[in-house]
Amino acid sequence: MSTVKKNRKGVVLRLEAEEAALVHALMRQLVTLLGDAPDADDELASMGIAEHAVKPDDPVLARLFPDAYREDGEAAGEFRRYTEMGLRDGKREAASTVLRTIGDAHDSGVDTVLDKDEAQAWLRALNDVRLALGTRLDISEEWYEEAGRLDPHDPRTAMFAAYDWLTMLQESMVRAVW
Amino acid sequence: MSTAPAPVELERPDAKEEQRPDLPWLAIVWNDPINLMSYVTYVFQAVFGYSKSKAEKLMMDVHHKGRAVVASGTREEMERDVEILHSYGLWATVKRDD
Repeated sequence: MSTVKKNRKGVVLRLEAEEAALVHALMRQLVTLLGDAPDADDELASMGIAEHAVKPDDPVLARLFPDAYREDGEAAGEFRRYTEMGLRDGKREAASTVLRTIGDAHDSGVDTVLDKDEAQAWLRALNDVRLALGTRLDISEEWYEEAGRLDPHDPRTAMFAAYDWLTMLQESMVRAVW
Repeated sequence: MSTAPAPVELERPDAKEEQRPDLPWLAIVWNDPINLMSYVTYVFQAVFGYSKSKAEKLMMDVHHKGRAVVASGTREEMERDVEILHSYGLWATVKRDD
């Protein structure tokens, strides 16, 4: 059973081996989904500006990088050009921090103390993973009832269980960093 | 938003009001079924320096009314705020006040 507690050194995080393996696998998927960092020799990209930027087709990426203007496509595109690359970098770095703090422990479980920056990375990356999983599952406010009606052999049952567990872990993380 | 038990109390002073009537652009946060109520409240405090009670009120507005104006200012300021809110995974947009 996972525990998240605040002490004087930071946030004490303990995860069972299978919990650590789940977080590790989901973070790796998130990093893959976010894609590679842009080439450093691209002049615009080095300033965090994209040449073109359109709302992603993938619903998860569209949820992670929503349009900043609802009724002005041009303004939404400009905002995306200037912000999405930096936002992707930030999300990629947070997920990478989580992967680094888990390290090789996804075989044995995690028992570590997160400093302030690491705890922030966990908080944001766990949220991104929940956004990704929740969007794939088309989560609604009533998801708990829906999940309860699923056939236990339905492959979504395991995904709902993972989502539920991540929600609990993130709740503990919010309390610990507040 | 997802429901969750009340988080730990921590008061912070208000850094600024969420609405400055002299400035015509708004940052709006929209309800979604994934972000935790506690997390959204935490983000409002962390990003805007709002008190716990003000952050909770805004979060409840988002939850019950579907959206809430969380800040107002110049267009550049609001775009900056929305970018930060996106970095936390909140669904936020910029709009001219009308």
